Amino acid sequence: MNLPILLKRPAAIQKRVLDGARYLAEHRMLLTGLLVILSLALVGPIGSMFVDVTLHRPLSGLFSAPPSSTLPLGTDTQGRNIFAVIVAGTSLTLRVALLAGSLGLAIGAVLGFVAGYVGGIVDTVIRTASDVLITIPVLLILVVFAVSIKGLLSVDTMAITIALMAWMGPARVIRSQVLTLREKAYVHVSKASGMNDFEVMWKELLPNMLPFLAASFVNAVIIAVLSSVGLQALGLGPTYAPTMGMTIYWALQHGAVLAGMWWWWLPPLTVIVILFIGLYLVATGLDKIANPRIGNTS
Amino acid sequence: MTLDYLIKRIGIFLLVVWAAASINFFIPKMAPGQDPILRALLEATQDGGVAGDAMLDIAKEYRVRYGLDKPLWQQYVVYLGAMATLDFGVSFVSFSPVREILLTRLPWTIGLLGTSILIGFIVGSTLGAIIGWPYSPRFLQGFIVPSFLFSAVPPYLMGLILVYLLAVTFTVLPFGGGYQAGVIPGWDLEFILSVLKHAALPAMALVVTDLGVRALVMRGSILSLFGEDYIKHAENRGLKGRRIFIWYGMRNALLPQLTWLALSLGSVAGGAIVVEAVFAYPGLGSALLVAIQGFDYPVIFGIVFLVILSIAVMTLILDLVYPLIDPRITYRKKS
Repeated sequence: MNLPILLKRPAAIQKRVLDGARYLAEHRMLLTGLLVILSLALVGPIGSMFVDVTLHRPLSGLFSAPPSSTLPLGTDTQGRNIFAVIVAGTSLTLRVALLAGSLGLAIGAVLGFVAGYVGGIVDTVIRTASDVLITIPVLLILVVFAVSIKGLLSVDTMAITIALMAWMGPARVIRSQVLTLREKAYVHVSKASGMNDFEVMWKELLPNMLPFLAASFVNAVIIAVLSSVGLQALGLGPTYAPTMGMTIYWALQHGAVLAGMWWWWLPPLTVIVILFIGLYLVATGLDKIANPRIGNTS
Repeated sequence: MTLDYLIKRIGIFLLVVWAAASINFFIPKMAPGQDPILRALLEATQDGGVAGDAMLDIAKEYRVRYGLDKPLWQQYVVYLGAMATLDFGVSFVSFSPVREILLTRLPWTIGLLGTSILIGFIVGSTLGAIIGWPYSPRFLQGFIVPSFLFSAVPPYLMGLILVYLLAVTFTVLPFGGGYQAGVIPGWDLEFILSVLKHAALPAMALVVTDLGVRALVMRGSILSLFGEDYIKHAENRGLKGRRIFIWYGMRNALLPQLTWLALSLGSVAGGAIVVEAVFAYPGLGSALLVAIQGFDYPVIFGIVFLVILSIAVMTLILDLVYPLIDPRITYRKKS
């Protein structure tokens, strides 16, 4: 009985894949950005084939050695192998970014959906809270939090804390989208045909908001990287983790820039800059999809 | 501007300030096993001089003096009162009032941040408008690539690159501090020149990033204006291109730019704090770094509160000035 559907499926899937590929080809910025981020994600797995990752710890070798054939990026004044730091740390930095970004988006999406859909006093409370929090620099809240629990901050707690301060952007965008979509005819039709509120949100509103959700996600990730690196530059990150931000902090604390030890601070800086360029490319690419008007004029 | 809007806007402002104060109060209280007084004293015993048992008595004494033996809500009320009068207590490290420490630092931060935002806004908006204007020369439109790259580099990392290039490799500019050691602060030419020279690198770091962001936003709004009826009308009237660009294009695109400015003040200030810390610039940022390294809680919380308060005041002013600039905004209820 189900045969026709089963037969149809491979073709449908193939069409979908082709559509997706064509879509990406049309959006070069998005594609380039995704490739940039993907290549950063590969630094960890591929790099660990060439270097023993545990060498990122202090006292792993020579001190303050400049780059050479055996030490591609040299060592710092405490004897960390900078290449191993980059291999171990890039994944950690991406982990903070993705964890904080997706949690921030999840919180923001739920609050934005509820605010836009339920309305009334709930909406007022959520909107006011986001109005209030959005002008407060995330970094400062993080500073208060991090100094309060200093010593206990791990890579994951840092990500969760950032997420708690990164939901306002997504919540605003999603709330306004829900307000627009909820008056569309198909939503009224679904309601009239007996769907409950949750089903309407899940089956009707959510699929229509995917580009906006994706764009909010990238923005939350950008905030997460920006504030986590800032927090670490102030010395409040996970002290023993070889993240890019902590590496830059140690380099600064030991005067690496003035000592001319460029191999200490330049590699982590490059990783962060590449990450930002990738994220901005994705954000701009998604923006063109979410707001086609911008794309058409350029 | 209606009274309704005014009240609502000031209400938000008060909420922001209250939230900032409450965050400072409750987050440290929620943290597990952290008693700043006990910790400060523990460090004192490590330095020598106070025995363990006697120290607990001292801790109790301190707790009574700072009112920490009272119920939480009473502490909270007292704390809010202190914040309202900008009384941040006494530094754990230097034992001078935090307010005085911050007041000597604030002018440096305001000077650096204010100048950078102003330059970034003016140059960035102009650049963005030129990039976005379809009749601009092709090579000028190419500036979108550097703007994009600049906007992607956080200011404190841009600072590192600039220090390496301009202070280490080519020793053109000093790399840190607020003025040359040995120059006596005062309103004379030598001091002012020294201050400007030292501010150049951190300001450049802030301006370059800010400029990129502003240019991209401005480009977007100029592009969206193009094709509007009044621009076409102006063209059909035979007005000169430059006149259309400045008076019909830029003037209208600047308004959304101001909203962006208000919304981004927080992140710009956050970036500036790290830049100051990186450059050991004598503003609030480096004071924050030193306070963090020395567990100087009153100074940390004081700086956090003061910065949030300043941003809230600036955003409030921008929001209140906005309807005066743009007559289309009346903030009247539609219903």
